[in-house]
Amino acid sequence: MSLKEKGQVMDKEGVERSISRIAHEIVEKNKGTDNLVIIGIRTRGVFLAERIVKKIKQIEKTVIPIGTLDITLYRDDLSTIASQPVVHKTEISFDITDKVVVLVDDVLYTGRTIRAALDELIDFGRPKAIQLAVLVDRGHRELPIRADYAGKNVPTSQKEIVEVRLEEYDKKTEVIIIGKYAK
Amino acid sequence: MKKEINIKWDRKDLLGLEDLTKEEIKLILDTAESFKEISARKIKKVPALMGKTIANLFFEPSTRTRISFELAEKRLSADVVNFSASTSSLSKGETLIDTAKNIEAMKIDCVVIRHSSSGASYMLSKKLNASVINAGDGTHEHPTQALLDMFTIRGKKGRLEGLKVAIIGDIRHSRVARSNIWGMMKMGMDVRVCGPKTLLPVDIEKMGVQVFYNIEQAVKNVDVIMALRIQKERQGQSYFPSIREYSKLYGITSERLKYAKGNVLIMHPGPMNRGVEIMPEVADGPYSVILDQVTNGLAVRMAVLYLVTGSKNEGGTSV
Repeated sequence: MSLKEKGQVMDKEGVERSISRIAHEIVEKNKGTDNLVIIGIRTRGVFLAERIVKKIKQIEKTVIPIGTLDITLYRDDLSTIASQPVVHKTEISFDITDKVVVLVDDVLYTGRTIRAALDELIDFGRPKAIQLAVLVDRGHRELPIRADYAGKNVPTSQKEIVEVRLEEYDKKTEVIIIGKYAK
Repeated sequence: MKKEINIKWDRKDLLGLEDLTKEEIKLILDTAESFKEISARKIKKVPALMGKTIANLFFEPSTRTRISFELAEKRLSADVVNFSASTSSLSKGETLIDTAKNIEAMKIDCVVIRHSSSGASYMLSKKLNASVINAGDGTHEHPTQALLDMFTIRGKKGRLEGLKVAIIGDIRHSRVARSNIWGMMKMGMDVRVCGPKTLLPVDIEKMGVQVFYNIEQAVKNVDVIMALRIQKERQGQSYFPSIREYSKLYGITSERLKYAKGNVLIMHPGPMNRGVEIMPEVADGPYSVILDQVTNGLAVRMAVLYLVTGSKNEGGTSV
């Protein structure tokens, strides 16, 4: 199988505008930032969460608590994949009980990552509500899960890969589509 | 920015640190770092090993290690069966193989074994498709203890490389010492051993350690002092005239700490003979990390269980 870059769906400015809009929508929907916490899913969800927190600080002049979730130990395919994936740290230094948690990830696809994240979060306490923010929703859900805030809906084929790149981790900010071809 | 861990774990078993590479040891320690937080959660449990069955076979008495393994297994959601036998009713050899075959027949995924014979875990690993973790075999190795010791040192000092450690006491009978020497040498530490000549194995310096017979010289400028237990049960004959004399010459006293670095760490694998190899004021003093070792043991064992049971080596390298 070979991989070929097919094209850019969002550039740096596009990503920034989307994050800005998501930040506004979060504040609007929750009528402010009281009781709000934000948790990014490793790896790129963490950087997106940081960007959203920064944006909300500009809008509302409040800093909302931020946490990091590594869902590896909650994956539903641990017993089928070849060797154990590397486990990184989950860091939630505040109590999430009765809080509104905004979960942040880069791409929403099958919904399995979010299922794992929901299960893990609930082991930390009983939040008042959990909302989901993603930069890209590419469809093809395998579970009944949807995003409350989506940067962009990108219709894709399952033969494609959607890759979010962020300066903080990948040197460049953009969203691209990669095609998988049988050789 | 990218800090990917590239190395993958593909071993069916953890039998000792002698066989591991520096990278594999580092992978276990890094993985343990991520598992530490789980024990601080409200619900101290993750579903990583859901549906796996683990048998703890303890042919030799153990409190700390057995409880630590059992807790680690339960926090990973594995099903656990415990088997402890009085050593007298079982002789090694055929009986252990029989036990192994029975385990195989019960479709167990992983076996944690503590045995008084060196090499027992190795033999079992050859006979089983299941993963085998050595929880101490005779005077050979006790890898998870050494891993948790290194994890504790790294946590307190921020690094392992270049640190000086003095291991004091009964090196001859100590599987903890052997595993630590293998592991610490690989991680670039400067290892010293010290004890009465009768308790130091012949040719120990060939492992790359420095040998001392005088404790004040041994602990001079070290970052870590590790006291070993005087193992009365492994001493058929007298290796030193009296406990009192041993204590006087090799006991860790607060007076002797002054020779070490100012922020020295005091470690002991437990169980302690207070007043023999370590004085109570040192064991409970500000430099002691003995209880940190116990806490960290849980995270390290979770990491090992996670890595070992994940390898899809059906049939593995053995059988």
